[in-house]
Amino acid sequence: MQETTEQNITVKMQLQCPMPKLDFDIITLGHGSGGQLTHQLLESGVFDLLKNEHLNTHHDGAMLQLKNPVAFSTDSFVITPIFFPGGNIGDLAVNGTVNDLAMCGAIPRYLSLSFIIEEGLTMKEFWEILVAIKTTSEAAGVLIVTGDTKVVEKGKGDKIFINTSGIGEVHPNAKISGSSVAPTDKIIISGNIATHGMAIMSVREGLEFETALESDTCNLSPIVNTLLDEFGEDIHFLRDPTRGGVATVLNELAKDCGLGINISQNLIPLNEQVEGACEMLGLDPLYVANEGIFIAVVNAAVADNVLNTLRKSATGKNAAIIGTVTTEHPKQVILTSSIGGKRMLNMLTGEQLPRIC
Amino acid sequence: MKHLTEYRDPILAGQYLEEIKKTVTRPWTIMEICGGQTHSLVKYGLLQMLPKQITMVHGPGCPVCVTPTHLIDRAIYLAANPKVIMCSFGDMLRVPGSEKSLLQAKAEGADVRILYSPLDAVTLAKNNPDKEVIFFAVGFETTAPANALSVIQAHQLGLKNYSIIASHVLVPPAMDALLADTETVVQAFLAAGHVCTIMGNGEYYPIVEKYKVPIVVTGFEPIDLLQGILMAVRQLENNEAKMENQYARVVRENGNLNAQQAILEIFEISDRMWRGMDVIPQSGLEVKEKYAAFDATKKFNVPLKETKENETCIAGAIMKGLKKPLDCPNFGTTCKPSHPLGAPMVSSEGSCATYYHFYSAIKETETAEA
Repeated sequence: MQETTEQNITVKMQLQCPMPKLDFDIITLGHGSGGQLTHQLLESGVFDLLKNEHLNTHHDGAMLQLKNPVAFSTDSFVITPIFFPGGNIGDLAVNGTVNDLAMCGAIPRYLSLSFIIEEGLTMKEFWEILVAIKTTSEAAGVLIVTGDTKVVEKGKGDKIFINTSGIGEVHPNAKISGSSVAPTDKIIISGNIATHGMAIMSVREGLEFETALESDTCNLSPIVNTLLDEFGEDIHFLRDPTRGGVATVLNELAKDCGLGINISQNLIPLNEQVEGACEMLGLDPLYVANEGIFIAVVNAAVADNVLNTLRKSATGKNAAIIGTVTTEHPKQVILTSSIGGKRMLNMLTGEQLPRIC
Repeated sequence: MKHLTEYRDPILAGQYLEEIKKTVTRPWTIMEICGGQTHSLVKYGLLQMLPKQITMVHGPGCPVCVTPTHLIDRAIYLAANPKVIMCSFGDMLRVPGSEKSLLQAKAEGADVRILYSPLDAVTLAKNNPDKEVIFFAVGFETTAPANALSVIQAHQLGLKNYSIIASHVLVPPAMDALLADTETVVQAFLAAGHVCTIMGNGEYYPIVEKYKVPIVVTGFEPIDLLQGILMAVRQLENNEAKMENQYARVVRENGNLNAQQAILEIFEISDRMWRGMDVIPQSGLEVKEKYAAFDATKKFNVPLKETKENETCIAGAIMKGLKKPLDCPNFGTTCKPSHPLGAPMVSSEGSCATYYHFYSAIKETETAEA
């Protein structure tokens, strides 16, 4: 397994943050009652682990001050399985909201953190998730300033659901909007598509590959900041193609900006194993969920430079220009297939289901 | 990716297209029988790349689409029983019966699971002795061996809680029925490569002989399809009618004998209702009486309701190749994958759904701007 810096940090954190000794192994309904058991759970190490001046007040909410215009986003995480190659639900809960803020052109500052735990979750699992939350939030430079914990009966949840909301300060150079997108703009994708979704699917389906597929979940904020520092208003649009995948984001963009989009299948970066897994399971990688990548629509004049900057970073080393914005076929995305044929790339209808043959 | 990229090679595709253009002198109508082939033709933009003289019409080859409504209703009825775990292949779940789909039944609390193999359903039955595990066994001759094997395995394990709803259709009788239709426009067939992988090519010689129509057993990748079309066009231009095998890297003349044996052990051939088409004689597989204990339609008493297809739907004409999805006034307006009126729109392999997925934006934009 290839070890990333982030994984090294996680391992180190686990060593530095050993689970405290507790007189309970599993979380029960009582831990969400708000009474003594809730306090026991939170005081057992949750507060200690995530501590900062805001959380330390133990208040119902946080009072915050920001200098610049604010971006605000929320996301809920309900993934199965909660632990997967390359991360766990805790990593996703932080990176997901941090990345949503980054896509607004904002520098993430504060997060709220809410757990809905199904009784029976082991404290060991919960601790591992908390350590991931600590590691990823520290790496992203965001503070968890308020939170909530509820416990539901067995069968009423799926181990653990997490919601995070976040606020960030909009980068002074950012002007990210579908309406900034103009004809001839270039469409850049920051890395290999479908990696996260197929890592999850391979665990669910019990598929084994020569090298394990790992989620690419990561904090996209630093690279987005760098791009905004360097290219400012020439970055017209940013979006992380999570649920619904690349095809869905491009369709949403085409409809928002009223322009057409041309992309080329052969230019889309895709890991060979991920491609193989998609073929086996009958899924189109363009509709598979992503975590660690984003789509940038940029002024054509700076596209090559943006690509160079991206490729110098670890998160953007596989970045590629995949297409162009056009005045032709407004509101539609046209894909040139690997053999040169053209077709409509449409939004997904319902859930992507494996085909019979 | 090895063994796939070479069949998606743009230079080779260009050479085949050039050769087809050089060969064709008159208009020809060719039907690809399988929904997987339709999917590839549209997904890779091949239909627009072919010379104008060649019209590809799309056959009834989506087993999910042609599964009769009453069988889906039965599956939904059984799935509602809290003792039942209903399993099937992914795209079967979205297909609406007369009132709802299995996905909707799942949302209402039924235990409905997507599996990649019926053998997983046998394992499920073994691990859940207090549950009845039912596999909704859909497909052409391609999925029949694995479905048969699941019954053989359950029988060997002595499982009393495993059964299947068999919804198997056979391709050659449908091709025969299409050609027997006096209105038929089909001048050549691309036969379904995966079906022949199991069954071999033997069943096609009598059809070629009887109707004097070229049949080319063809694969599913763009280069396969272009090569298959070229082989069909060459025959048509030379006024020949032969059985040819484009998919020889996979299809053996006699097919897979072990797989055929598994099918023969469990199933027998019967008349079959095809959704959107009608009953086609000797075109389906039913569980043999000997294995009736594994036949969910016999094991459980399910009340049968009469079901009717939408009268404005032109599914029959589309599946016979007489009409194209875009010819239908319901297409993309009152009929969509989220609300299908007929068989070819119900599964992603159906020709209407394939067109909707890859073309609908044109129509939607036109509608929005009108």
